[in-house]
Amino acid sequence: MSIKKFAVAVYDDEEVLFPAVKKVRRAGYKIHDVYTPFAVHGLDEAMGLKGTDLHIAGFIYGITGTSTAVGFISWIYCSDWPINYGGKPHFALPAWIPITFELTVLFAAVGMTLTFCYLNQIMPGVKKHVFHPRQSDDMFVMAIEINKHMSEAEVIAFLKSTGAKETSVQVAESSWWYGRWDKKEPYELAAG
Amino acid sequence: MHIKYESFVREPLVDGNKDYHQISEDIVSPIEGKPGRMWYVGFIFSVILLCFGIFSVSWSVYWGLGTWGVNRTIGWGWDITNFVWWIGIGHAGTLISAILLLFRQGWRTGVNRAAEAMTIFAVMCAGQFPIWHMGRVWDGFWVLPLPNSRGPLWPNFDSPLLWDVFAISTYFTVSLLFWYSGLIPDFALIRDRAKTKLRKLLYGFASFGWTGTAKNWQRQEALALVLAGLSTPLVLSVHTIVSFDFATSVIPGWHTTIFPPYFVAGAVFSGFAMVNTLLVVTRKILHLEQYITIGHLEAMNKIILLTGSIVGVAYLTELFISWYSQAWGEMAAFQWRIMGPYWWSYWAMMTCNVVSPQLFWIKKFRRNIPFTFVMSIVVNIGMWFERFVIIVTSTYRDWIPSSWAYYSPQWPEVGFYLGTFGLFFTCYFLFAKYFPVIAVSEIKFILRTSGENYKHKMAHIENQGAEEFYHVVTTHHEDEHHEEVAHH
Repeated sequence: MSIKKFAVAVYDDEEVLFPAVKKVRRAGYKIHDVYTPFAVHGLDEAMGLKGTDLHIAGFIYGITGTSTAVGFISWIYCSDWPINYGGKPHFALPAWIPITFELTVLFAAVGMTLTFCYLNQIMPGVKKHVFHPRQSDDMFVMAIEINKHMSEAEVIAFLKSTGAKETSVQVAESSWWYGRWDKKEPYELAAG
Repeated sequence: MHIKYESFVREPLVDGNKDYHQISEDIVSPIEGKPGRMWYVGFIFSVILLCFGIFSVSWSVYWGLGTWGVNRTIGWGWDITNFVWWIGIGHAGTLISAILLLFRQGWRTGVNRAAEAMTIFAVMCAGQFPIWHMGRVWDGFWVLPLPNSRGPLWPNFDSPLLWDVFAISTYFTVSLLFWYSGLIPDFALIRDRAKTKLRKLLYGFASFGWTGTAKNWQRQEALALVLAGLSTPLVLSVHTIVSFDFATSVIPGWHTTIFPPYFVAGAVFSGFAMVNTLLVVTRKILHLEQYITIGHLEAMNKIILLTGSIVGVAYLTELFISWYSQAWGEMAAFQWRIMGPYWWSYWAMMTCNVVSPQLFWIKKFRRNIPFTFVMSIVVNIGMWFERFVIIVTSTYRDWIPSSWAYYSPQWPEVGFYLGTFGLFFTCYFLFAKYFPVIAVSEIKFILRTSGENYKHKMAHIENQGAEEFYHVVTTHHEDEHHEEVAHH
């Protein structure tokens, strides 16, 4: 939770955004983040972000589901309450495949979705700063954090030279917080 | 940069001169405006049906299942017929969102949101039937493996009926997660556009605080891909397990190994028909003809033709095997199906499911909207009769001729079925009004390869010779490469 100053550049085309991201990185500026209305393939690579390990988490959750099902059913049928169904074996693995499969999928899907929400820091009631109201519509927004060693005017001029349609300097909360989307935050009101 | 080009041989998936903003406008503006008169009429009618369903179910619970027409010979009448019918319909959404995602079928983006919603509502309807068929529904929690004071006595994990409990609850949960994780970015779009405070509050809450950072999208795509990979075997497993309810028993007509693939094909068949029924109307009322094009409807009609033919082959295989087995019970069961007192249900099934979809071999019919609409309803009537035939005409003449019986539904069963239509359409009307009916961010993603206006701009590439085309592509990549090297 900290309020920081950002230089914001708004692009209207992903074909302009890609070279702009490269130029900004080459110039040595640190990109706070890029906001896009849809998944732009290759943007994460262009920004130098690592790939996600979400699918590995999914695999671990899935294995947990498998062992939960097999462990639970075999404990019930072989130890807790063995029942003789027409002389069939107590440890009847083939008959447990459907439930084992379903629990594998269930654990993997639920676990991954929760991990996805946790990593992205999204949840009902969470609020984050929106740099441009059309960043979810048709604009591609790049935010660069301005520290006290940087010249505001210089950064803005540089961003304009990369093809930005609009630029601005915004004071904003850099992280997430709990809040209502229909209310403005104190820092937003102070900025006008 | 990757070259964005798709051949002209494929027809555009988004018609008209669209840009990103226009897509948001087209899909979100129905949510922001007041619904039309048709919406109110449809919604109120659905709520009335739903209320009648609630009344019928309450009646059945209060007086007991003796109010139904089921008897000791035919224990699963309309109730389980309707259960299998709804759960089958619920298969199309996941097929579209998962299997077609893995097969990289671009046309799924126009229809996946509505189809997934349809899936979730259909599974909700399906779930009602086994629950209320329990009779003493207050003991329903006994199907869950909970520690209890009866031993503890656990449910029978070797029973297909219990597998069904797990399969359907898992299917519902995973479909819901898949659907909602795709909805989050679109809710954020509605939130950011919102003019009224209430809309900003509600969609802000529903959007989970999504802002669409590069990392957000990277994880979202990873999640969608893995959920698709999980849902693909899941959707096949659900109807397989439903078919085990029948196939693992020793009743002639049920005890067949062909059931799992035959049930899955039938489920996809009826599911796509229901998607067509809904989308033909939705695209018209919400003016989405440029997103759900005739090409989309044709693609779904092709799947109906394919799965309908698979179902047809399965029916004929069943008949052949019953003769080939030379087992008295098997042969009699199928003979009575065709010529017994329920002959009309068998022939209704054969006509609707096997004969009528064959008309889709003709391209003119596949691309004709009124015909598609009528066929979509015919198919679902046929698939209802299929389940009725399997359930009732396999059980009404059992091993002891003195217990042979006939079954007709009583009004609470009919009311219950109508009530699930009420539930389904109440949910669908609310969805069509308050949710983006088309996945906005996914349509934007495919716009530059599959949009009509962008395809026109690619005309010069289409006219190039192979040498020239190759040259353009390779030099394009080399420039990229040089730039990267210079950077390092």
